[in-house]
Amino acid sequence: MKRKWSEQLGFLILTLSTVLVVFVLGVILFDIISKGISVISWEFLTHPPRDGMTKGGIFPALLGTFLVSVITVLFAVPLGMFAAIYLHEYARAGKLTRLIRLSIRNLSGVPSIVYGLFGVVIFVQILNFGTSILSAGLTLGLLTLPWTITACEEALKTVPKSYREGALALGATKWYSIRTNVLPYAIPGMLTGTILGLARAAGETAPILFTGAAFFLPHLPKSIFDQFMALPYHLYILATQHHAITQVRPIAYGTALVLLALVLTLSFTAILVRYRFRKKMRG
Amino acid sequence: MSHHFKILVRHLNFYYGDVQALKNINLEIPANHVTALIGPSGCGKTTFLRCLNRMNDIIEGTRIEGEILLDGTNICGREVDPVQVRRKVGMVFQKSNPFPKTIFDNVAYGLRINGNFSKRETEELVEKSLKDSALWDEVSGRLEDSAMELSGGQQQRLCIARALAVKPDVLLMDEPASALDPIATQKIEELIRELKTKYTIVIVTHNMQQAARVSDYTAFFYLGELIEVDRTDKIFTHPGLKRTEDYITGRFG
Repeated sequence: MKRKWSEQLGFLILTLSTVLVVFVLGVILFDIISKGISVISWEFLTHPPRDGMTKGGIFPALLGTFLVSVITVLFAVPLGMFAAIYLHEYARAGKLTRLIRLSIRNLSGVPSIVYGLFGVVIFVQILNFGTSILSAGLTLGLLTLPWTITACEEALKTVPKSYREGALALGATKWYSIRTNVLPYAIPGMLTGTILGLARAAGETAPILFTGAAFFLPHLPKSIFDQFMALPYHLYILATQHHAITQVRPIAYGTALVLLALVLTLSFTAILVRYRFRKKMRG
Repeated sequence: MSHHFKILVRHLNFYYGDVQALKNINLEIPANHVTALIGPSGCGKTTFLRCLNRMNDIIEGTRIEGEILLDGTNICGREVDPVQVRRKVGMVFQKSNPFPKTIFDNVAYGLRINGNFSKRETEELVEKSLKDSALWDEVSGRLEDSAMELSGGQQQRLCIARALAVKPDVLLMDEPASALDPIATQKIEELIRELKTKYTIVIVTHNMQQAARVSDYTAFFYLGELIEVDRTDKIFTHPGLKRTEDYITGRFG
């Protein structure tokens, strides 16, 4: 009797926790959607801000986030993939490899502002890229690298050892076996992890704060060495730094909604890629 | 014995780190015959099999001493490229491991590694390999289907076809039928008997009846040592040593 009671209590606590979490998430989503949806329009997405950012759209911020993300992907994806291939397929299992792997895991827990400061020193100052799309993209790339490497390694782990052995036994070199009989099955998983990493990077403010994001720019960036506006930073300004905060609140909510939609789209893409991959592997 | 020996193993020692898994193995493997390796689990027979195509190279911390002469050439030396060894010595694994590709691409995989064959030659070799592995009649109409859709027995015969396609001299089989039902097992055994006319076959098996049915020679391994090797009919009727007899009659192992 007593056991049944404690089991029911446990079940109740678990259920309540879940309900609470979902409830909070629901409230946040509802708040952003209900307050942001009214300002969303084609014009909002395709026009620059006007009248001291109290009117107009968010196009420069949307474009800036897109361009920075492109740099991030171009930098982090190949580098992360190759590092993961090295670590998983080539590195000897030893203390050094374990230490490297541990460091990479730890890097993913470093606060993003630290990446921002690092980006200022390395990309803006030492490499002299200035505050620019390039510097910000590379900084976000560094931020996502630990995630990308970890995700790519996990993806490589899911490919059975028998595929590698089977190829080697047929007289394939190691690289041939990896290229033709491991990577094709790991790449969708790698993409999934990479997209999720990118989704996180796209929403970051701190790393781009010092490395290239601008408060307001009257012109669109002309090259990757120009400054840019970005969605998360734009939102931060509208929410806390603007002189007429109450007036721009709807625009802030609209920006938040667009950013949220962007991140969710990326996440859903990742889920879709994974789903199609699973179907193919079973096929 | 007047056989031509395909493989000569001389004073072979093998270590996993500090653990010695094979102790001073000396063995002659005759060409165009089936040699069965038997012995209880952990006796080193699979380790020995994987020495013959240098598959142990991919396990870290392993070390090999002694000589394995394939057609008179030592394949154990550091200067020998294991990739070249594996082209001559094919392998079929215990658990069939078709790649998640089409049936055709599975068999063509080894042919495409060096890209020496035209599309037409590849097609001919794939067909020939599938015929040699007695799978052609079952799959000829659906070469573009995924290999994962085949039954367990068909998958294992596909793996044999894949190994045959690169024209090895020697075929190593690591308990090729242990995961198959009796009918699929029978097909694999018939296939082994046919293949030995063209290939030298070394098979690891836990199944005494299977060893007796398919092999010409049987080598009994125990605790990393080669205890006894002889003609299969002799080993199973008049084993030279008591330990061999005890194992074969099921008194231990």
